[in-house]
Amino acid sequence: MRYAMVIDTLKCVGCSDCVVACQTENNVPEGFCRDWVTESVSGTYPSVELELKSERCNHCSNAPCVRCCPTGASHIVEGGIVLVTGDECIGCGACIESCPYDARFQHPEGYVDKCTFCHHRLEKGQLPACVSVCPTKCMYFGDLDDPTSEVSQLLTTRKYKVLAPEAGTNPNVYYLIK
Amino acid sequence: MQEEIFISGRNIPHIDPTLEIWHFPISLYLFLGGMAAGIIFFASLFTVLKKEKETPTAVKSAMILAVVAISVGLIALMYDLTHLPYVWQLYMTIRIESPMSWGAWVLLIITLISFLWVFSYLPEMFPKLNIKFDFLKKFQAFLIQNRRVMAMVLLPLSVVLGVYTGILLSAFNARPLWNNAILGPLFLTSGLSTGAAAIILFSKNHFERRLFSKIDLALIILELALIVHMLMGMYAGSAVQLEALDIFINGEFTVMFFVFVVILGLIFPALLESVELMGYKVPVVIPTLLILMGGLIFRMVMIEAGQLTRYLY
Repeated sequence: MRYAMVIDTLKCVGCSDCVVACQTENNVPEGFCRDWVTESVSGTYPSVELELKSERCNHCSNAPCVRCCPTGASHIVEGGIVLVTGDECIGCGACIESCPYDARFQHPEGYVDKCTFCHHRLEKGQLPACVSVCPTKCMYFGDLDDPTSEVSQLLTTRKYKVLAPEAGTNPNVYYLIK
Repeated sequence: MQEEIFISGRNIPHIDPTLEIWHFPISLYLFLGGMAAGIIFFASLFTVLKKEKETPTAVKSAMILAVVAISVGLIALMYDLTHLPYVWQLYMTIRIESPMSWGAWVLLIITLISFLWVFSYLPEMFPKLNIKFDFLKKFQAFLIQNRRVMAMVLLPLSVVLGVYTGILLSAFNARPLWNNAILGPLFLTSGLSTGAAAIILFSKNHFERRLFSKIDLALIILELALIVHMLMGMYAGSAVQLEALDIFINGEFTVMFFVFVVILGLIFPALLESVELMGYKVPVVIPTLLILMGGLIFRMVMIEAGQLTRYLY
């Protein structure tokens, strides 16, 4: 099983509902966020293109944060989800330095925190909070090892990209661009 | 033209707009750890070679400096941990993939043996010191007999201690400025050079000073070559490495790096040491303190500049 998130940049309106849903669901401390929305504008007026992306931890298959963690607090669980065990984290910050996506942060309580793909919800058969609230249904979540899953189908029929593929991390959050 | 902004609002402390996860204590530790590695390397090397009588400062007073430096460095390291009560988790596992993990183990072992080393030299350094407990005296006698064994363990470990901080930084491919394989050897050379400088600073023995001046001079030349190598590697690198190079040659760390590290920290003291080796009198404090200062500023520049660089996307 390989969990993946597929986000349709053509359907995203940048409402940031995913961000608020995550903060509420996961009790993210004020001033912090596990996901965020970026707007990139390219070109010069009048030929301008706009791309909206909801970003988060990419749960990389080749995760540099897991590699550099000195205690094993950062680890990969079933389905390829990268998690942090707070009680094993010493707060050295190595994983934050190692992440090309700047997806990790130091929780005010000291340990390192980040997106968990809502692991606790997946165990109950629910979708991640961000995916479940998206008003334009631009986010999809599923198993890439299953060729019949919605995410697999989308990646075979649509044009997509991942963030910073040159960093060699094999990210598992995909962005549909056409 | 392309412009990217956060529209959901994101201003996470120490992450945005640029990374500030590692601060001055980390630079201080990298410097102190490197210098201690250098001193321990020379002390154990000359003990293994049975030349410890000719290098008394290296094996005695400089080793006190080394254990003090390691201890202060350790405190600095812990100061920068945000989840300190769980620090023992470091020693619940050993992870070869993580330089910080095996580095922490090496640091622990080297600290313990270095303290034992200093303990074994206490009677020679402070003859008036009277150890009250009999078992401690016996233990000390045992250590004195086994100094060469300690040296044989410390010699390879000191090299690992000197090189691991560089490998640790170079392993982060998300920070292109650090992500070059030369950083390990460069940090090791800088550590050995600052270690030699510290020994010269404390030495009152003419032969020992001359010996370490020659060693230091060779190390500085090697370090300069490695710095050129590092910059050339970036110059021949990808876009992210060219951006990293820009910070050194045309950015906010240019003066810090070239004036304080390369010129005042390496070239100028090397010239002073050469002049002294030719027989002219130069107060030894000037070149050695410049080298030590250069070593510290080098670590500060690397830590701060490295966190400014990132992957493009």
